[in-house]
Amino acid sequence: MGGGLARKEDPNLVTGKANWTDNIKLPGMLHMSLLRSPFAHAKITNLDVSAALDQPGVVAAYTGADLADEWPGGVPCAATVTEDQKTPFQGPIVQDEVNYMGDVVAAVVATDRYTAQDALEAIEVDYEPLDVVMEMEAALEDGATLVHEDMEDNLCFDWKAEAGDVEGAFEQADVVIKERYIQQRLIPNAIEPRATVATQDPGHGGYVVYSATQVPHLAKIVLSLSTGIPENQIRVVAPDVGGGFGSKLNVYREEIMALVIAKKLGTPVKWVEDRSENYQATIQGRGQLQDMEVAATNEGRILAVRATLLDDMGAYLQLLTPVISVSGAAMFAGVYTFDAFSCQIKGVFTNKTPTDAYRGAGRPEAAYAIERIVDSLARRLDMDPIEVRRKNFYEPFDEPTATPAGLEYDSMNMQAAVDRALELSDYEGLREEQQRRRENNDPVQLGIGFSTYTEICGLGPSQALAGLGIGGAGWEAANVRMLLTGKVEVATGTSPHGQGHETSWSQIAADALGVTPDDVEVLHGDTAVSPMGRDTYGSRSLAVGGIAVHLACEKVVDKAKKIAAHMLEASEDDIEFEGGKFSVAGSPDQSVAIQDVSATAFLGANIPEGMEPGLNENMVFDPPNFTFPFGAHVCVTETDTETGKVRIRDYFAVDDCGPVINPVIVDGQLHGGLAQGIAQALYEEAIYDEDGTLVTGSMVDYMIPGAPELPNYTLDRTVTPSPSNPLGVKGVGEAGTIGAPPAVINSIIDGLSPLGVTHIDMPALPMRVWEAIQQARGESAGEWTSGGGIQAESADATQGGDE
Amino acid sequence: MQPVSFDYEVAESVDHAIDLLKENGEDAKVLAGGHSLIPLLRLRLAAPTVLVDVGRIDGLNYVRDDGDQLAIGALTHHRQLLHNELVQEHCGILGYTAGLLGDPSVQHRGTIGGAVSHGDPSGDMPSVIRALEGEIVVQGPDGGRTISAEDFFLDYLYTALDPLEIVTEVRVPKLSSDTGWSYKKFSRRSQDWAIVGVAAVVEKSNGNIGSARIGLTSMGSTPIRATAVEEALSGASPDDVAEAAKSADEGTSPASDDAASEEFRRHLARVWTRRAVEEALGR
Repeated sequence: MGGGLARKEDPNLVTGKANWTDNIKLPGMLHMSLLRSPFAHAKITNLDVSAALDQPGVVAAYTGADLADEWPGGVPCAATVTEDQKTPFQGPIVQDEVNYMGDVVAAVVATDRYTAQDALEAIEVDYEPLDVVMEMEAALEDGATLVHEDMEDNLCFDWKAEAGDVEGAFEQADVVIKERYIQQRLIPNAIEPRATVATQDPGHGGYVVYSATQVPHLAKIVLSLSTGIPENQIRVVAPDVGGGFGSKLNVYREEIMALVIAKKLGTPVKWVEDRSENYQATIQGRGQLQDMEVAATNEGRILAVRATLLDDMGAYLQLLTPVISVSGAAMFAGVYTFDAFSCQIKGVFTNKTPTDAYRGAGRPEAAYAIERIVDSLARRLDMDPIEVRRKNFYEPFDEPTATPAGLEYDSMNMQAAVDRALELSDYEGLREEQQRRRENNDPVQLGIGFSTYTEICGLGPSQALAGLGIGGAGWEAANVRMLLTGKVEVATGTSPHGQGHETSWSQIAADALGVTPDDVEVLHGDTAVSPMGRDTYGSRSLAVGGIAVHLACEKVVDKAKKIAAHMLEASEDDIEFEGGKFSVAGSPDQSVAIQDVSATAFLGANIPEGMEPGLNENMVFDPPNFTFPFGAHVCVTETDTETGKVRIRDYFAVDDCGPVINPVIVDGQLHGGLAQGIAQALYEEAIYDEDGTLVTGSMVDYMIPGAPELPNYTLDRTVTPSPSNPLGVKGVGEAGTIGAPPAVINSIIDGLSPLGVTHIDMPALPMRVWEAIQQARGESAGEWTSGGGIQAESADATQGGDE
Repeated sequence: MQPVSFDYEVAESVDHAIDLLKENGEDAKVLAGGHSLIPLLRLRLAAPTVLVDVGRIDGLNYVRDDGDQLAIGALTHHRQLLHNELVQEHCGILGYTAGLLGDPSVQHRGTIGGAVSHGDPSGDMPSVIRALEGEIVVQGPDGGRTISAEDFFLDYLYTALDPLEIVTEVRVPKLSSDTGWSYKKFSRRSQDWAIVGVAAVVEKSNGNIGSARIGLTSMGSTPIRATAVEEALSGASPDDVAEAAKSADEGTSPASDDAASEEFRRHLARVWTRRAVEEALGR
């Protein structure tokens, strides 16, 4: 462990040999296409699929009414965050009414995809458009248009947690800051869209569902709950899966439809999402209005934090929709220790695509709000943003420590991470350059922005998950078996879709067993291969699933030691294990390799009496606590004050995810996460118009940044082991999306603060930045004098900005 | 991608292509690099029944030195323009701009003929060709004609090309050694269409500006010239550039959309014109 082993997965991926769901072709397989609503809210007044059925090659066409009996459970939501949470029924195909653009009206099954797609155009459908409700505040007003007419209002839930005397702290504070931040909606954009093939299992009855999913084990349960097909008659396989970012941490209506139709027709059915559908009908992320308040002393000590949030559910609840914000609530306290905290969240229905987990899922929202307001506090007090942070950090700790929000952070040393980040970025030099540019009225101004974040990973203790309203089952399972030939099979309940578990789990097993990583084969993504599993999301895989592998290997070694002692005719207490060899203490020439022990165990003829043959151990690990990775990021921006264009010149990230199994993989996770975090800060937003049409419906309009938009990252690490597991590992998959957005926005505001700019919303696209500059200068947009950026007005602006 | 089904015809020559267009009437569409047409097919916004692929016609992929002009075959890819020595020597702005279009894979497929025929006012090539006062050579059933860039771009996605005509060549002037140029593209991402683009071709004369031609991208329904700036810069000193650039948006009619408001586009046109002319003077 700790070596930068090249990823075992990559040769197949880069030579086109990966086995994507869309590559699966089964005999007699049919193709499903879906008619989706162009309206965000409408009654279906007429629907007739018969003309589609008349088209050559079309085998079946279904309305919601046709199949309603096949999915009594609808599309289930697994989360209940309050007792009175409203959970609307989501039929895989709607009946009567559509509630967002992309809602499914009918399904066509044909011999090929083109025929199915053409047949959709033959379906007769009439809509009576209804009023839409797109914005959360409007949705909560009295008399607002209802997303679901059978509900009394658009409030899904009202959740609150409070600790300490929040009111008192705000009354006594020297300084109170209240700001509103917007977490825009984001489209996850996995490179492989969703895809599903469902078939009857020709071998032994039941059904096999192949799906581009992060969660084959959850899917097996949810498909059963939805359709009533017994859980033990469903096998779910996740073949190679091309990214998910949370969007495939779900069980979707299309998977249910494919299964039900395959069952009905007795024929394999494939559905592959195109990118337009992906934008409309795969879950979106974020969508939160944040009223954030901090109470502090004049010296910069935080006394209390109060977060009041509206969280956008969209039109329905998907697997975890309501719990995403709730699971992040306690993280609004950030890396600061203080006395009083409250967080209130209202979940709100709108006529938009449902939201759910997107890389970070609750924590980027929290980190952004607390890191923004700490910067505002520093500005208000005229302090350096790092100085304010240092006043409120925890002293370094390595045992669980209570937070104002009721969690127990596992271990933390923010001071070390910040010190390293300042050194790496040459903070003093940056401030000097910034000062020079300000004095020279450079039209391009330098900004220096920080984010000192923590997050919550390693989902998680089953009890804690039950407390969040998702039942529990936060464990992860592994089966490790050594074969006759000394090779190793590791079956894991995690389900990688780009993370590199085959490599990292091989390293963990190789270290524990004294074999090489090449001797280890990692099996995953199939409920028949790894019967117990809770899958991959929330940066949980290593800290829970990797630990299960490690502990199962320890069990193998323990048993092998007994057999080795038997083979060496020595006492077990005298056997030492190192480098794949069992030897008798003090007599290193008396030894036996683990491969020989494995063969002996398999053959069973020369093992201790009464012992089961074989080296085949299961482990189910349920951690005692979450893990809390943390880090310090410094973002250096250049903002063209004449055009509002922001360029990230440098990005320094010091992240602490505990001990690292594979630094190449960890760096890769950070690069990708930072790119997506920067994307939220500067580029991406899912925009709907007032009629409910998704305006950013393609990659032309939705601003995913490319390589030219992104900086070179300078990465470093500190290592603070977690006490939550025996390897001390924490998780790193989402660190970038959590750490980056506030660092970027804080940087832009820092650069423009002499102009009086104190706030910019995400994404900070040029027009928005330019308008913020115009507004701060109190000039009407358009009357800009060309030829220089800051000029004479800057003195006034500085005063004006120092509110 | 699941387009509506269509027939696919490969044109072996320009005449063959015109014949195919004649045979199939309004339902036929010319396909070259495909970078404008294919996305429309994918979204089923266009549903031609016949695609006439002109991309394999021999002899339309060239850059020739033709007296005081460069003659560029319509099927010349942007990437070829970027690396072409004649273009680099005589008309650098064209190659430089080609290198800003989309991304490398787009540049390898997209053609100058396609970029011109599409008539997209947010395309970079049309405004550069207008600033260069280039010419478009087209062929139709009754033979060929040469249309000035000024007369070619008529309205949004609408050009002087008749339905049975095909662009075969683009002609641009060879720039003299005392002519500086710049193309400034402002876009949210490098691969995007320009929110505003400014092409400046400036003849220098004894330390002053002799004449300047300014083409604007995304400032109206066609690629247009910033004539007020051009007039103000005629015979002007470099010190006058900032003042002259303030009229860059005069007579323009930029759209307001999610990428930029009209006001922001007007502002960018002024800033970008100033910077483009300054850069041209230094080049």
